Amino acid sequence: MTHRLKPSQYAILICVMLTASVGDTLLSHGMKQVGPVDLHHLSLLWHALFNPYVDIGIVLLIGFFACYMTALSFADLTFVMPATAFGYVVIALLSRFWLHEHLSLSRWLGILLITSAVGFVANSPSRTEHPSLDVMDSATGR
Amino acid sequence: MLPEPAPMTAPATTIIRSWSCILFVSALAISGECLIAAAMRRLGDLDRLRTGTGLRSYLGPIRAVLSSPIFLIGALCMALNFFAMLFTLSVVDLSLAAPAIGSLTYVGNAIAAKLFLHENVDRRRWLATSFLAVGVVLVSR
Repeated sequence: MTHRLKPSQYAILICVMLTASVGDTLLSHGMKQVGPVDLHHLSLLWHALFNPYVDIGIVLLIGFFACYMTALSFADLTFVMPATAFGYVVIALLSRFWLHEHLSLSRWLGILLITSAVGFVANSPSRTEHPSLDVMDSATGR
Repeated sequence: MLPEPAPMTAPATTIIRSWSCILFVSALAISGECLIAAAMRRLGDLDRLRTGTGLRSYLGPIRAVLSSPIFLIGALCMALNFFAMLFTLSVVDLSLAAPAIGSLTYVGNAIAAKLFLHENVDRRRWLATSFLAVGVVLVSR
């Protein structure tokens, strides 16, 4: 039994890709404005909550969390993993085509590797069935 | 007082501190994600838990998720991971922390999913995991 995903389930995986990367970017931008936090200045973490970039980042990350959990309710953790990693590709491509930053050859290679990892997994069954069913699946060549 | 000149190589204590931060953040991420995956897997497809129409129909799934103890422990791990990450980024260079935590988390997740969640991590998924680990290091450096 292969597990084909519904279009709405693919949409959730795409939300996982986008919200995590954009949220992390906003969060890192906000934390740069807040400044370095160390053990003796932990109160700065409280201060960080009043930075708008940190706030929007947190909202997006909450959205990511909801999408991520929904995805885990219908797919394996190892199936969803490439979708979360694709966020790195989104960040790299945003910095290339939006911020017009230069991407080194090794970064393009990384984008290629992550994208092919998504390709490997995207067409495979999304959910591990009971072990005995897995044996039957492999016996029928799937 | 003049600042001391920067040493050519980082002192051992700095290296140990950086890597314990990285390992700690990764371990929290792996345990959080596995616990949440286990909780969500136990709940199954969330659409089945929806009753009624409109936004109100999402109350069922939300209530089911929030009352799962495995989920709550996992969420606690993720919350600790979030603050440990904020702390780590202030003491470890982003160019080391991001690739190291990223790839350690992906490899660790695959191993933990195989061991604890009994997921069918076949050759295709191991290949994808190793591509992810290398790709994340290359992209986030």
